Formats: sequence, structure tokens, C-alpha cells
Amino acid sequence: MSVTTEHGGTDDTAPEPLDEQSSAPHGRRGFGRRLLDAYLYGQTWVVTLLAFVCALIFGAILIAIADAPTRTASHYFFQHPTDTFSAAWRAISAAYSALFRGAIFNTNSLYSNGGVPIFLPISDTLVNAAPLILGGLAVTVAFRAGLFNIGVQGQLIMGAICAGYVGFAWHLPIVVHVLVALIVGTVGGALWGGLVGLLKARTGAHEVITTIMLNYVAYYFLGYLLGLRGYQAPHSNEATSSFIDKSAQLPNLFEDLHSGIILALLAAVLVWWLLSRSTLGFTLKAVGANAFAARTAGMKIERSYITVMLISGALAGLVGVCQVLGTRHVVTQDVDAGLGFDAITVALLGRGTPVGTVLAGLLFGAFRAGGLAISSYTTTPPDVVSVIEPVMVLFIAAPALVRGIFRLKGRGGGSGVGQLAKGWNG
Amino acid sequence: MTAVVDEEELVVTHEVIEPPVSARRRRVRGAVLVLTGLIIFFAWGLGAKNGEAAFQVSQAFDKYQIPVVRFPGGGAAMIMGSIVVLLGIGEMVIGYRRAWWRVAVGVSAVLFVVGFLCWMATGDPTIPLGLTGMMQQTIVSAIPFILGALAGIVCERSGVINVAIEGQMLLGAFAGALFASAASNLGAGVIAAMLGGALIAVLLAVFAIRYLVNQVVLGVVLNAFALGLTNLGYQSLMQSDPNSYNAGNTLSPIKIPLLGDIPVLGQAFFDVNIITYITYALVVVVDIGLFRTRWGLRTRAVGEHPRAADTVGIKVRGTRYRNVIIGGLIAGLAGAALTVGGSGAFNANISSGKGFIALAAVIFGRWSPRGAIAAALLFGFTDELQTLVTAVTPPVTIPSAFLSMAPYVVTVIAVAGFVGRVQAPAADGEPYVKG
Repeated sequence: MSVTTEHGGTDDTAPEPLDEQSSAPHGRRGFGRRLLDAYLYGQTWVVTLLAFVCALIFGAILIAIADAPTRTASHYFFQHPTDTFSAAWRAISAAYSALFRGAIFNTNSLYSNGGVPIFLPISDTLVNAAPLILGGLAVTVAFRAGLFNIGVQGQLIMGAICAGYVGFAWHLPIVVHVLVALIVGTVGGALWGGLVGLLKARTGAHEVITTIMLNYVAYYFLGYLLGLRGYQAPHSNEATSSFIDKSAQLPNLFEDLHSGIILALLAAVLVWWLLSRSTLGFTLKAVGANAFAARTAGMKIERSYITVMLISGALAGLVGVCQVLGTRHVVTQDVDAGLGFDAITVALLGRGTPVGTVLAGLLFGAFRAGGLAISSYTTTPPDVVSVIEPVMVLFIAAPALVRGIFRLKGRGGGSGVGQLAKGWNG
Repeated sequence: MTAVVDEEELVVTHEVIEPPVSARRRRVRGAVLVLTGLIIFFAWGLGAKNGEAAFQVSQAFDKYQIPVVRFPGGGAAMIMGSIVVLLGIGEMVIGYRRAWWRVAVGVSAVLFVVGFLCWMATGDPTIPLGLTGMMQQTIVSAIPFILGALAGIVCERSGVINVAIEGQMLLGAFAGALFASAASNLGAGVIAAMLGGALIAVLLAVFAIRYLVNQVVLGVVLNAFALGLTNLGYQSLMQSDPNSYNAGNTLSPIKIPLLGDIPVLGQAFFDVNIITYITYALVVVVDIGLFRTRWGLRTRAVGEHPRAADTVGIKVRGTRYRNVIIGGLIAGLAGAALTVGGSGAFNANISSGKGFIALAAVIFGRWSPRGAIAAALLFGFTDELQTLVTAVTPPVTIPSAFLSMAPYVVTVIAVAGFVGRVQAPAADGEPYVKG
């Protein structure tokens, strides 16, 4: 008699509490019955989906509140309640359909000649997803070792600074240039992250504080460089660097879609291999699970901290490389564009696994692409997307809440990856 | 029949045995102090221009007029640098007791700042450096840090990690500006700010205590939530109609009659708005409350060993809920200090990391109000460096980017160099599950 594993994860999923799902009946069941049981017994993917739905509903409420016609209609709500509801429905459906059109498929494109516009939304999604996947991987790797890397913003800025400099200041032959810029950018981010790891290893300074402080330092340092003669675009008063050479730009795959997405997927495979198939990954996971036990087993914790922050910083530096060599071709003050914090939410949504991070990165890339469409097609402020994202993470991180709302069975615990991050004493 | 008990036997004496600091740690700490002293000596001392440092102590309308203080700036800085170097060498060679080490660090920090001021003020004798304005600005900048640190202490002492101080401050600042404008009443704005901070605190409490979400993760997510929410509110309400929603009125300062006339400190400490006075009261209340009242004892018990506290009958979850919400109210007040009590109008992300600096102050002060206040004052001073530098032309032009960086760099150095491994409340961050 075989025992079906309920969550069917590979052995590199973050540890879930064993009793998270109560036992659903085994044996032969029809497909519809299995679906119903999945709902009733609160399987993980059902909870995730419902969390997603809850976040969208919350977003809908926010869209309605932020919509001016709905607010004016609500002033006379008791005379004409239908006005408020219809205004709200208009705003909500406009926003979400704009989101869909910007991220996945634009129905208007069916009427145009040629097939290119059909794939533009997906291409936009992928362009936005690549840096998010890389950033999410950076945070995920640090998470698995028990460290909280909030410094993706600073590390990506340093990576962007270094890659950008190689891009416009060094003039190398065609393939060599982009590779060197890539490597230098990665190293830049790695060093900035490694600094945090060094501080944690040598002095015990908690990485939450140091990473956030170094974010600001990097941000202001970039501002300084963008006013400096050797870095700023010559004959320009704007805070922008010189243009990146054509030979250093990441090759384009389709319209605006650059090969950053390939880099992101390769990085995901690399991180998967690192975490589940390599000795170093095992050490990192052991340190993350219980640092004291790992020390007793002979693993060097301090060295692990430094190593994992170097890797994490390198991945974050790749985000900056993507931004500078791929999307923008120039270094500006807003090279971060919120990617630093979005990377954290991507990692949390991805529950500590590379596969999850890729999927979460794609989802958030869709949100970003859709957010642009919201600001173009509707009057809803695009920041509503930046509220839906953390709310979604909150619902995901608290499956017990979702279970409570929908009356599902099953014991709740914290989210799998959340249990790994340590408090001040760790 | 009662036995006769000797009075002296009832008195318990104990000696405090401090854990020995390792030789390596002593050398590192001493070396950091020596390095600081050398910076003071070379940068502020030898690097100063020739001439006298001029400090203006009294302003035009002050009751007591004191003449401008002048002394050789470079020489004074060199003397200060030597003192700090000697303190550092002392630590490396002899090693101080814990209390004396803290005194040494405090003295070094003060001398570093004073030396920096001497360096800034030397050279141009016609423009003395206004100490009053500097102290005023330091206090004004430090208030959000102090309040944020108090919020963090109250929350964390009961065992809930509060990384969401930034979000509480931000939402408080937004709510304060919004309601002060909409209701045309600054008091309503302050109350609304406190409730805004409490809203984030309620979310923190529910998700951390009831749903057992990892508290550091939760704090970061709540910060992102508050940022998104305030950006949304700013774009949809404030930018479209600033007069109704973001008028930007501020609280006016209230001067205490006698104390406000003291030359430098009076203007800075006793001629301030009501939020600052509330802050003074809160500092005293939290300090006494945490260590000398029943509430404080229960809070600390719940934060150190919740199971023992539960056994004795203290309601662990209720205490934690209460403390987190009180922390949220205080952090919301910090947000009010940014808008209603500060610059007036709300800007997107107006807190820009101040909540995290407050968190660093909590850690730097080892979860006690006194240490946190000292750290908050230091961070407040570095926060004001930009204004200070534009007021007085320094001997060497410092790019404004490095001045903006200063509070954050100082925080890293403070947390890494002078704090090291900290001992948080033992149950900090661990949700309590009964049974």
C-alpha cells in the first residue's frame, strides 16, 4: 500500500510542519471528489490559491476607495446605492482588466496586423520578471542559511554601478565586453553583500540593521557618482551616466525582452543545484536550521555567513546588471525601481525554493507589467499593486488565517520559509 | 513562639560578578577607540585651519547674553584626540569594568562630536557656529528616533520583535497630515497619527501572536504594506487635492518661562512643541514603568520566560497584545512628529529609514530606554549634519551625498563596532503556544 505525499515537494522544499494537513481520505476517488477534498482538507496549493484570491479582493476594495467617482457616489449612498456599486465595479473591472491586458494578453492586439503585439504583454512580463527572479533568489539563498538579506537594493545598486562603469568606460570587443561587465557587476554586488556577512561573522551585528543602512549608503553613493566628472554623462546636467556601449548591452531576444530572463533561469537552476546537490548548500541549510547544532557538527558558521552573503550579494548584483545592461542601458538614480523590496516579497511568496521563487517572480513581473497598464488605461493609481503584493504575502505567510476565513480543516503554522529567519538572539 | 532573628541576617548582600570579556574582544574594542582618537587628532586637529574656533552661545533675543566663545580649534581637537587614544590604549592594555567602558565610549562619542564642531568652526572668525540652533535641530531630529526607540523597547521587551516601526511611523505621519488637514485640527491629526501606528501594530500583534508568523518577516512585509498604502493615499488623495488633505500646518512651540531662558539648552529643550514635551514624559514613564512597576515586571517576565510567567498566572498573550499596541501608539506619535510636529506636509516615504535607525537605537541601547536615548541623540545629530554644514562653510567642501550618508554609516559603526553580540530578551521573537 503506497502512502501518497500530500504536498509532493522535492527534498529541497523548506521544512513544513508535519501536521499541516490533516489526513484526507486516500484511495480511489473521482477527480471532482479529489478537488473537493483538496478544498475541504486545506491542501497547501488550495490555501495558496485562496490567499491569492483574498489579496485580490482586498485590492478590489482599495481600488474602489481610491477611485474618485466611487467616493463621490458614496456620499449619497443611501439615496442611490446602485450608483456607488456600479462606479466601484467600473473602477475594479477596469483596473483588473488593464492588469490582464498589460501582463498577459491584450485583446486589442488581435485586430492588428502581424503577430508581434500579441506577445508584447508576455514579453513585458518576462522583462519585469527577470530582475525579480534574481532578487528573489538572492533573498532565498540567504533565508536558507538563516540570514535576512534586506540589502538587495544596495547590492543591486553597487552591481549596477560597477557594470555600468565597465559598460561605458571600457571599450572591449563584442562578446568580451558584455561578459566582463556582467562579471564585474556581479562581483560588485557580492562584495557589498559580503561586507554584511563579514560584519555579522566578526562582530555579530544583526544583518537586518546593517543591510538597511548599507542600502542608504549605496543609494547616496550612487547620487554622488552621478554628479562626478568621470561617471556622469559629459555635457549633461542630469543625474545620469554615460550611455552603455552597444557591445556591452545584453542581447535582445524579442522586442524589449533581453537575455536577462535567460540569466535568471540559469541562476535559478544554479541555486537549485547549490541548495539540493552541493556540500556547501547542505552546510548553509544546516546553519540555517540550527546554527548551534551545525557548530557542534564541525561546520564553520562564521565562514558560512560570509559565503552565503557573497552568493546572495552576487545574485543581487546580477539584478543591477540586468537593469543597466539590459533594460535601461544607462545608470540613473532610480536604477533600483523598488526591486530591492519586491525581491523580498518574491522570496517570501516562493517559500524558500528556487522553483517557487521563479513562479513568484513571474507573478510579480506580471503585476509590474500590469501596473504600467493600469496607469496608462485607468485613473487608478498604480501603487495599488504595491499594496496587493505585501497583502498577498501576509495571507500566504499565515495559512491559518486563510483557513479560518474559508473554514478549511488542517492545523496552521507559520510559513515554511518564515520559520528559518532568526530573531536578534540567533 | 517566634524566634529572635538577628536583623543583620535579613540583609542579603551580593557582589556582581561580570562575565570576563575575552582578550580579543578587549583589543578590538580598544582598537576602535584608538582609531576614533586618531581620527579626532589628525582630521579634526591637524586638519583644522589656523585660527580660533568661534561658537555663538547666545542669540539676539536671549535673556542672558554670553559673549562668543573662542579658543584655538585645532589645538583643542588634538587634545581631545589624545584623550580618546589614551582611553583606547587603556582598554587594550588593562580592560575596564563594564560601567567604566560605557563611560569611556560616551566620552569618546562626545569628544568626537565636539572635535568635529571645533574643526567646522575654525578658520572664519566672522561667522561663529551657532550652538543654539544646532542643539535645537538635533533635538528636533532626535524626537522621531527617541519615540521610535521607545516603541520598539515596549514591544520587544514583551517578546515580540518589532521591525515594523518604520511602517508604523510612516502610516502615523500620513494619518496625522491627512486628518490634521481634513479636520483642520492639529490635535485630531496627532490622535489620528497614533491610531495609524496602532493599526499596523494590531496587524503585527494578530499575525505574530495568533497566527505565529515569523516576526522579522512580518515586520518587513508590514513596512512594505504601509509604504504601498501611504503611496496610494498620497497619490489618490493628497496629490489631487493638497489643500484639503495635505495642508501642512504644524504645531507651534510652547516655551516654559524660566527654563526656556537658559542660554543654549533652554532654547533647545524647553521651547518646543507639545509632542516633544510628551516625549520627555514618555521617556521617564517608560523607564520607571519598565523597571519599577508591576506592568514592567510582567512585561519583562513575559519577554524573558513566558512559560514561567504563564505558570504564575500572567496572561502572556494579553500582555503581548497590549504592549505591541502601546508600541504602535508611540510609533504613530513619532510619525506625527515628522509631519504635524515637523515639516508639515506629507511626502512619499517621509520616514525614509528612520524607523530602522530607531530599531538600531533599541539594539544599541540594549533594550533599555537610557541607552536608546543616547543613541537616538547621536543619530539625530548626524541627521542634522546637512543643515549644519550649509549654515557654516566647513574648511573642506564635503559632498552632500556623504553628509546624507552620515546617519546610516554611523549606525553601522555603532552597531558593529560598539555593540557586538547583544542579548535580547530571551523569548524575543518566539511565539508562545500554550501547553
